Amino acid sequence: MNAIEVRDVRKTYQRYGRRKHFGTLKSAILTGRVTRDLKADDAFEALRGVSFDVAAGKTFGIVGRNGSGKSTMLKLIAGIGRPSSGDVNVHGRVSALIELGAGFHPEISGRDNVFINGMMLGLSKREVSDRFDEIVAFAELADFIDEPVKTYSSGMYMRLGFSVAINVDPDVLLVDEVLAVGDEAFTHKCLDKFAEFRRRGRTVLLVTHSLDLVTRFCDEALWLDHGVARGQGDPRRVVDAYLMDVASAENRALDRASRPATETRRAEPHDMTTAVEGRWGTREAEILTVEFVGADGVAAHVFESGQALAIRMRVRAHQPLDDFVFGVGLFTADGVCCYGTNTDVEGAEPREFAGDGEVSFIIDSLCLVAGAYKVDVAVHRKNGAPYDYHRLLYTLRVTSRVNETGIVRPPHRWTFSSGIRISGL
Amino acid sequence: MGARDRRSTPAHSRLLHSLRQLFRHRALVQSLVARDLKARYRGSTLGLLWSFVNPLLLLSIYTFVFTTVMPGARSNGIEHFSLFLFCGILPWTWFSSSLLESSNALIAGGNLIRKVLFPAEVLPIVTVFAGLVHFCLGLPILAAFFLYYRVPVALADLMWLPLIVVEQLLLTLGLALLLSALTVHFRDLRDLVANVLTLGFFLTPIIYPLSQAPAWARPWLNANPFTTLAVSYQEVLVVPGPFTGWPRLLMFAVVSVLVFAFGYFVFDRLRDTLAEEV
Repeated sequence: MNAIEVRDVRKTYQRYGRRKHFGTLKSAILTGRVTRDLKADDAFEALRGVSFDVAAGKTFGIVGRNGSGKSTMLKLIAGIGRPSSGDVNVHGRVSALIELGAGFHPEISGRDNVFINGMMLGLSKREVSDRFDEIVAFAELADFIDEPVKTYSSGMYMRLGFSVAINVDPDVLLVDEVLAVGDEAFTHKCLDKFAEFRRRGRTVLLVTHSLDLVTRFCDEALWLDHGVARGQGDPRRVVDAYLMDVASAENRALDRASRPATETRRAEPHDMTTAVEGRWGTREAEILTVEFVGADGVAAHVFESGQALAIRMRVRAHQPLDDFVFGVGLFTADGVCCYGTNTDVEGAEPREFAGDGEVSFIIDSLCLVAGAYKVDVAVHRKNGAPYDYHRLLYTLRVTSRVNETGIVRPPHRWTFSSGIRISGL
Repeated sequence: MGARDRRSTPAHSRLLHSLRQLFRHRALVQSLVARDLKARYRGSTLGLLWSFVNPLLLLSIYTFVFTTVMPGARSNGIEHFSLFLFCGILPWTWFSSSLLESSNALIAGGNLIRKVLFPAEVLPIVTVFAGLVHFCLGLPILAAFFLYYRVPVALADLMWLPLIVVEQLLLTLGLALLLSALTVHFRDLRDLVANVLTLGFFLTPIIYPLSQAPAWARPWLNANPFTTLAVSYQEVLVVPGPFTGWPRLLMFAVVSVLVFAFGYFVFDRLRDTLAEEV
């Protein structure tokens, strides 16, 4: 049986022009254009024909970028709005954790607010009294429940809101990115509560940017993109598909950002000690383009940690040279040098460099943790005088499935003695 | 729950359904009214006593103005002018404050409407009932004045009072629902309402008896829906002799039901737009 059925749902938000925003009843009447003013100049389609089912008892995740229609979908399922076309069917009592503590009145006590909030969420007064102790205990507010809510910290406020909403004991629980509110301990409690919901066969619909949560908790996931379902199914696969799409979008953005630097900056010799980024040198030899190439030979800007990466430079010597050194440097976004090397320090002896050529610096396994990195490339004399120096002009992003910290990920493995059993590594 | 129940049903059965839902929410309305009263006086020294003091002070001001400052403006033929004033001002305060507050109710409660599945009509309804509570708290003071002036009240006339109150309740509810929903779309209504109410105060026989208005103005005054109510309150309470206005009062019952139904209908039609526009 399905707990939630969504059939070809569209939601169009009317966008009104200037007339509607500044024009009001008075102007509508004066110009006799009441009906015209109420017609939208433009429509924004938040959802464009989305269909999916959530089987009862399943935990279902919705992922997608900002503005992809996730929250709109959730509101339609909650019944807060109605779809412009299509059907939304929900079986059983719904509770939505969209905004916690919405409707709390600051001047009155937590106790009164619990009653009113519970009734707003559809409980009877009796049901609230029956659950009152549980609600207060879960929110850990027993000492403060008779104080006015305005004296609560934002954490206390959210905890109380969460506690009321979750104790409505719905058949279908809708959660919109609310786990970020509490401290670590409370977040764990919430997750435990969700797990309990699952055990009891309740349905949970989770909208979140925490992909980790989706892969860990959900039985199924849906990826929304600009109001269209781009993928649905196994959460791991959906999340990976989504991540790849995000990576390629970032690629495109970084691509646009780095192109002007290589092509247009024909800077005069800078003062090398103060320059933060830029390009300088005598240009007897030149670095024409710089590309990052993955194992598949395709130029990109986003690489998975552990992948192969080649920094490929097209170079040109305007006159034959016998004194030349190629170098690269890798920096974190805040300027810490991760690694720098050149052909000279590695003991290479320059022989001849004439005309056009290609130089590749190949890293077999990119052992960096996730983050953005800046790259220096240069060609210069052995004494350091630059022909062409590109300082921090190129950005590459490293992604990782693992959330390590630091900069470098040394190739490593774990071993455990026989008494310790651990899986997943 | 709502998402499933309220789909593709004809308008009239939807209206009935919404009304039933509303009845189910009466406990919520009750709690919210109690919360409003509690919150309003929270932290003030006099607390709920303000509900008594406010009308008392208001009455003193009007009595002072019409008996001392400009005694000429005081209507002749009325024995106890302050009682007469009180009978009009008390219900008018309920009416006008309810409408003023309800025109802002949905905007103030926007967070609820946008983020929680919540019957939006509860908000304007709560303001009307909170006004009713204040009105009822003013009644003992009115009674005290009657005792003080030793004015007899005919019990037979007093029987009509509940009907007048119910009619006023329905009329106010209807207008409050209408205004609250329309204000979401036309924000100017808030200011417009404030001014129309000020005008209405003078266009209702509250500080003067209807009989004193010039003949040409009387049809206009009678067109004002609140006139029937104000006159009924005055006739039932202060004007000596049996209550003669009852046929008109009964006819007004129909009007008040229609106003309520119309207000609720408009609100129900605009319901879906509220969450987006608020």
